[in-house]
Amino acid sequence: MGQEDFIQRDLEQQPLTISPLYKTSMFRGPTRPPLSLKTGMADLAGPVFGAEELGPRDNDLILNYAKESFPVGERIIIHGRVLDGNARPLRGVLVELWQANASGKYRHRNDGYIGAIDPNFGGCGRCLTDGEGRYIFRTIKPGPYPFRNKVNDWRPAHVHFSVFGTGFAQRLITQMYFEGDPLIRHDSILNTISDAAARDRLVARLDLAASVPLDTLAYRWDIVLRGTRATVFENKLQGN
Amino acid sequence: MITPDALGYLPETPAQTAGPFVHIGLIPSQAGFDIFENNLGTIALGAEIKGDRIRIEGRIFDGTGAVIRDALVEIWQADSFGRFNHPADQAPGPRDAAFRGWGRTGTDFETGIWSFATIKPGRVARRHSEGRLAPHILVWLAARGINLGLLTRLYFEDEVAANAEDAVLRLIEQPERRKTLIARRVSGTAETTYVFDIHLQGTEETVFFDV
Repeated sequence: MGQEDFIQRDLEQQPLTISPLYKTSMFRGPTRPPLSLKTGMADLAGPVFGAEELGPRDNDLILNYAKESFPVGERIIIHGRVLDGNARPLRGVLVELWQANASGKYRHRNDGYIGAIDPNFGGCGRCLTDGEGRYIFRTIKPGPYPFRNKVNDWRPAHVHFSVFGTGFAQRLITQMYFEGDPLIRHDSILNTISDAAARDRLVARLDLAASVPLDTLAYRWDIVLRGTRATVFENKLQGN
Repeated sequence: MITPDALGYLPETPAQTAGPFVHIGLIPSQAGFDIFENNLGTIALGAEIKGDRIRIEGRIFDGTGAVIRDALVEIWQADSFGRFNHPADQAPGPRDAAFRGWGRTGTDFETGIWSFATIKPGRVARRHSEGRLAPHILVWLAARGINLGLLTRLYFEDEVAANAEDAVLRLIEQPERRKTLIARRVSGTAETTYVFDIHLQGTEETVFFDV
């Protein structure tokens, strides 16, 4: 029986490893081309996570750190599907996210921004996708904030995502933005991706249909991990 | 929004940097707070798990030679039989179902050192040809200034014969660059310890992979 290999990653759709727009990448991005390998078992396999490892409120950032009241900010749902490049849902894969609070401040010992900490907001969550590859989080909309790059650089409101596929070669960390944010086109980090259509794939759309009336707005964002190609014909002479 | 191409394939979602606050989401205790009952990423090494206990550790250097103190490091490896704890690994033979093979940590905010306590993996069968690879561990990095997660492989200094015939190491055209993937065994420690420093740029730049 044939197994599957990952389809080659299209690096044209990815950010530049080194981009003068984002100064830190000039010191941290590799300068030499990566060595390309065929899919090995290490790449095809990846860690498997179980529902019993997560808590019932892990995907509800409105409640998972609330002490005395709800966190401040626009109440939103972020939901979507995790698919592979063949448009197949990825079931039971781990999706983790983290974000700033409504003031644009992170709950992190290294964040020196003047924005206020929200005592009722932690800023992280996680869930496994369901049988149709769907994930869902409830949170508050993060605020924009300045960062040290050019002197007046601001990050658009964004949520960081970490996603596992079925294979370690699909491992992805990225950021999701919100439709209509005027800071998006100025963002030095998003603009490390030179392809405009690829940048747009990181922008979640307002999803009124999924919004909870009188309660919570919704945004929808689908995530695509690398697809696979069936290796129907083998060259190995002796079984597997 | 995602639109399929003319053949129905969907384009991969682009990556973005993990930023300086990656700890909040993935290692919240390092960010300075507790939120989840169960933090992921510690490698469970119960007595039932077979294999030689080892410690791997290292630092990550930027293009100026400075140590990076805000990076996320994940490892992914086979068990001591050379098998992955995943349904795709269908080969017959023994395996260690209790060993997940995945770990996650951050570089220390002061020293920049990352480390894992794990087991030494066995030799993994090649998928597209005969033979086995030398024992190795996949290492994946994300950090501020790294726009697309970086994948490399840690091999072991004391596996001289296996390394010499390893198909991946041999694929590196410049023999000098192969050395960037060899963790050196250090003496004088209670545990068997290997040191694996990663250089993002420069003459010692680590070999990274596109798989």
